[in-house]
Amino acid sequence: MNSRDILETINMIDNENLDVRTITMGISLLDCVDPDVDRACDKVYDKICRYAGNLVKTGEDISKEYGIPIIHKRISVTPIAMLAAACPDKNPVHFAKALDRAAKAVGVNFIGGYSALVHKGFAPGDYALITSIPEALSETELVCSSVNIGSTKAGINMDAVAKMGAIVRDTALATADRDCIGAAKLVVFCNAPEDNPFMAGAFHGAGEPDCVINVGVSGPGVVRAALAKAGDCDITGVADTVKKTAFKITRMGQLVAQEASRRLFVPFGIVDLSLAPTPAVGDSVAHILEEMGLECCGAHGTTAALALLNDAVKKGGVMASSHVGGLSGAFIPVTEDAGMIHAAQCGALSITKLEAMTAVCSVGLDMIVVPGDTPAEIISAVIADEAAIGMVNSKTTAVRLIPAIGKKAGDELNFGGLLGSGPVMDVNRYSPLKFISRGGRIPAPMQSLKN
Amino acid sequence: MRAVITVIGKDMVGILAKVSTICAENGVNVVEVTQSVLQDLFAMIMMVDISKSTVPFNELSDKLTAIGSEMNLTVHVMHEDIFNSMHRI
Repeated sequence: MNSRDILETINMIDNENLDVRTITMGISLLDCVDPDVDRACDKVYDKICRYAGNLVKTGEDISKEYGIPIIHKRISVTPIAMLAAACPDKNPVHFAKALDRAAKAVGVNFIGGYSALVHKGFAPGDYALITSIPEALSETELVCSSVNIGSTKAGINMDAVAKMGAIVRDTALATADRDCIGAAKLVVFCNAPEDNPFMAGAFHGAGEPDCVINVGVSGPGVVRAALAKAGDCDITGVADTVKKTAFKITRMGQLVAQEASRRLFVPFGIVDLSLAPTPAVGDSVAHILEEMGLECCGAHGTTAALALLNDAVKKGGVMASSHVGGLSGAFIPVTEDAGMIHAAQCGALSITKLEAMTAVCSVGLDMIVVPGDTPAEIISAVIADEAAIGMVNSKTTAVRLIPAIGKKAGDELNFGGLLGSGPVMDVNRYSPLKFISRGGRIPAPMQSLKN
Repeated sequence: MRAVITVIGKDMVGILAKVSTICAENGVNVVEVTQSVLQDLFAMIMMVDISKSTVPFNELSDKLTAIGSEMNLTVHVMHEDIFNSMHRI
């Protein structure tokens, strides 16, 4: 074995924040459906504890043996709206509490799937679940929620878009005493993937097996360091460097995924090839873009640099893993990325620039703090714009806005930990009220007619 | 099963002796050693066979990490597959 390779890996882990971001166990709860809500919740709790009882320990063992930090052990479940459909008169929050209890019992740090898929309309259970999101996220700690309001195949459900603007605001209000943390656990999707291991948007899709292991890799710091070492090469050289680095990172993720799958007797699902930043120094996607030659993330040229990065990450990763899925690309959450926070604070990065960047990155407007008095219809309109980008480009887009109740543009909101902190960013105040109030559906675009 | 022990830090007397003593005490066979000293920085890479190890992997790793921190050195014990998968196709 080549000693330079060995030392390179160790340097990546020790100095460049290389880690496996998450091992997420997907668990189907379809067999827990019961018209008696208490019995359904008991089944949910029991099944999660039975399947995921060893998840955390196994993750820690693998981490120790291979010497790779594995930051999160998490669970995603079947969209709870499907279970809530069987108990029409009951408050779906019962399920959220059961999920929270189960997550605490098995020791994971988030459980995703308090979700509804309403891209074409509301089925039984969906409306009740969406209405209950503010209560569910304020009364639980570890539950994450997501709602899919559009897709390339179905178009955009504008009734759901209008509803979600109010729900995002109400969720922030319900947790105003805790830095509006509820809104940080709520994602509104277009083209939501069914096998995403990353929170807050993870859920276990209806097409998934009973139980599955999905792994999300990370490593923005490693990519940045590789680019720094590459020096003054041309852009082709930059893309090649990113590709080679992404390959190595993903191989590590693939190894961890296979090992976790073998030890837990659960099939391996996918590796999500994402560059997921954290607020830690040296773990920033924005700093990769700056390493490519931008003075500050948000400058003109940022969208092109991000497009190159996102594509090169996929090209490098796709050969390294036998099954790739989830979101797979570069994340650009503002409050979770030291470089993005700085760019937003100094005024280089605005919401409009972020929107352009989401057309070429893997997710969307993520962890953006907006003024607390932002009206629901403006939040809805932001969701509609973002969903339109996803729908037309056949890609996943998402919105995770945090209305900072009681704060205005320029103030700071601080969650602490991995969720980070960020400045309140201003939104365009011209009213989209009439457009949002119309309701109905944006028809599926021509891109949907591929058959 | 084979593992890779790496020791990185400031060079001093007895590093190899201390690490290999722990290996010997725990039934871990040293297969190969390479070491290099760049200026003052010492890097030793030891390939070991742990299939006859008398202690679980975790314990071995903890013991070696502990002796490392005593000498102000960074010690890693990692399954060899991590390097194979990252650097070989």
